[in-house]
Amino acid sequence: MSVPVLETHHIVRDYHVGRTLFAGGQVIHAVKDATLKVEKGKTLAIVGESGSGKSTLARILTLIDPPTSGELLIEGERVDIIKTGVSKQMRRKVQMVFQNPYGSLNPRQKIGDVLAEPLVINTDMPASERQDRAQQMLKKVGLAPEHFNRYPHMFSGGQRQRIAIARALMLNPSLLVLDEPVSALDLSVQAQILNLLADLQDEFQLTYVFISHDLSVVRYIADDVMVMYLGEVVEQGSREAVFADPQHSYTKTLFAATPRADVASIKARLARRAAEIA
Amino acid sequence: MPLLDIRNLTVSFDTSIGLFKAVEGIDLSVDAREVLAIVGESGSGKSVEMLAVMGLLPPSATVTADKLEFDGKDLLHMPPHEKRHIIGRDIAMIFQEPVASLNPCFTIGFQIEEVLRFHLGMDRKQRRARAIELLHQVGISDAEQRLHAFPHQMSGGQCQRVMIAMAIACKPKLLIADEPTTALDVTIQKQILDLLVGLQAQHGMALIMITHNIGVVAETADRVIVQYRGHKMEESDVLTLFEAPTSPYTRALLSALPDNATGDRLPTIGDFSAEPAI
Ligand SMILES: Nc1ncnc2c1ncn2[C@@H]1O[C@H](COP(=O)(O)OP(=O)(O)OP(=O)(O)O)[C@@H](O)[C@H]1O
Ligand SMILES: Nc1ncnc2c1ncn2[C@@H]1O[C@H](COP(=O)(O)OP(=O)(O)OP(=O)(O)O)[C@@H](O)[C@H]1O
Ligand SMILES: [Mg+2]
Ligand SMILES: [Mg+2]
Repeated sequence: MSVPVLETHHIVRDYHVGRTLFAGGQVIHAVKDATLKVEKGKTLAIVGESGSGKSTLARILTLIDPPTSGELLIEGERVDIIKTGVSKQMRRKVQMVFQNPYGSLNPRQKIGDVLAEPLVINTDMPASERQDRAQQMLKKVGLAPEHFNRYPHMFSGGQRQRIAIARALMLNPSLLVLDEPVSALDLSVQAQILNLLADLQDEFQLTYVFISHDLSVVRYIADDVMVMYLGEVVEQGSREAVFADPQHSYTKTLFAATPRADVASIKARLARRAAEIA
Repeated sequence: MPLLDIRNLTVSFDTSIGLFKAVEGIDLSVDAREVLAIVGESGSGKSVEMLAVMGLLPPSATVTADKLEFDGKDLLHMPPHEKRHIIGRDIAMIFQEPVASLNPCFTIGFQIEEVLRFHLGMDRKQRRARAIELLHQVGISDAEQRLHAFPHQMSGGQCQRVMIAMAIACKPKLLIADEPTTALDVTIQKQILDLLVGLQAQHGMALIMITHNIGVVAETADRVIVQYRGHKMEESDVLTLFEAPTSPYTRALLSALPDNATGDRLPTIGDFSAEPAI
């Protein structure tokens, strides 16, 4: 069997917070013990309660923050961003789409430059080709050529989210960690993006870690599913297994709380409400 | 008389390549005790039209309307000093990108208490008690501790809930919620929706809910507006929207639910004849 693209052993992350620099202080155990493995060309979906440590784990997987303890392997190679540092090549291989796209875009950089910039740094492509590539990518995520010269604040929430995805894809990463990447998209644009991700996975054997609160998206895109609750990994398994037979009580609650969009449920709600008012 | 009454609202932006109309001739009204959902394509003008109501668009935007009235008062021509006391108190908004909407330099406790000070003139003790109560209502445990946290020390969903706490702090007459639950798992989403719908029932609040989440529409809305490229495509009561949508765009949108995927690919708007006619 080939080497997994991503593997972790017992990742822990604590945050120390205190009221002042000198007094008091409190430790938040954001990630308690995360062990996971993702094979090449596969998708691991992470779901979990708000505040359960998903984004914290994502920043560790993408070499942005160090874990407090535990081991991280990318393509079989042990990575320790504090002790040994990270090569430029490794940084390029692993990309992240942040939960908060606004904060991850430079407000003074035009979108065309945002997309072409990685090519300036990492390749010796001529400017005209860089432009072409950026334009193509813009089109793939459902934006138009006239958006090329706009600044980040001139976009809608969902448009910015797509810019963040496009930027991450420009570098041809082999591992892409996406933190709530389609939460601001309507169903049709969401479908376009999910189809694009699936195509890229087929073509280039891309590996995804996909954080999402939307269980229908998870069910559609994941090979494996991991469930987090209060910093703990409470459930892990193939998509089929987790959806068919959830073990942990949080997972069960999660499935039960998913809103219903069928006509019968709407009628029942409206009837309840009419009864309350009467 | 509707609480908010908008006739023929148009918003255009002055861009480097000419005028761009983001919102074109929208009519929209909402009554006290009513939940109006706005759904539609990413980039179709949903956030912009609500920011126009709030008077929070950048100077590059031109807003025109035959009527833009709240509670019988003309918002379009109201002097700024008068408007400052309505916006944030009688009309509050949960912004789409919560992390970007909070001030990174102040603790969340300070930011919530500042709203209470400015609009309600509460003293320190009252403010503190109310802030803690609000954080509890939005499901943030250890609220006392969390008051001292800065936005970057909170998760995406926690920031979103702080934003919600700030918006409901003054018990507004109209709450505009722009994608209020995108960063929340369905269990907390349910808690928040119950809270908002509860406020609407108790205080007769009107709620405008912008969302891509069809389940949220089904579980909360009385009436639904569907938007596409700055135009209103359809306006229906919630049951009609799901039972017999009139516009082809709505039909296409609903069929893009990942649950409706047939085979490997998700349907997108492009799969349905040509572009919807505007
Ligand atoms: N820089 C920080 N300092 C202190 N605490 C932090 C910091 N970053 C995150 N936390 C805390 O760690 C916990 C996990 O946060 P994280 O952002 O990983 O959650 P999450 O699972 O991504 O949640 P969400 O779904 O709401 O985005 C939270 O309780 C959060 O308040
Ligand atoms: N400052 C600006 N300058 C130019 N165009 C802008 C500006 N702000 C927004 N727009 C454009 O106006 C249109 C409407 O934006 P808006 O934010 O209202 O979309 P939305 O319906 O809320 O979309 P989403 O669901 O993605 O949040 C978009 O095409 C956007 O690019
Ligand atoms: Mg997060
Ligand atoms: Mg928006």
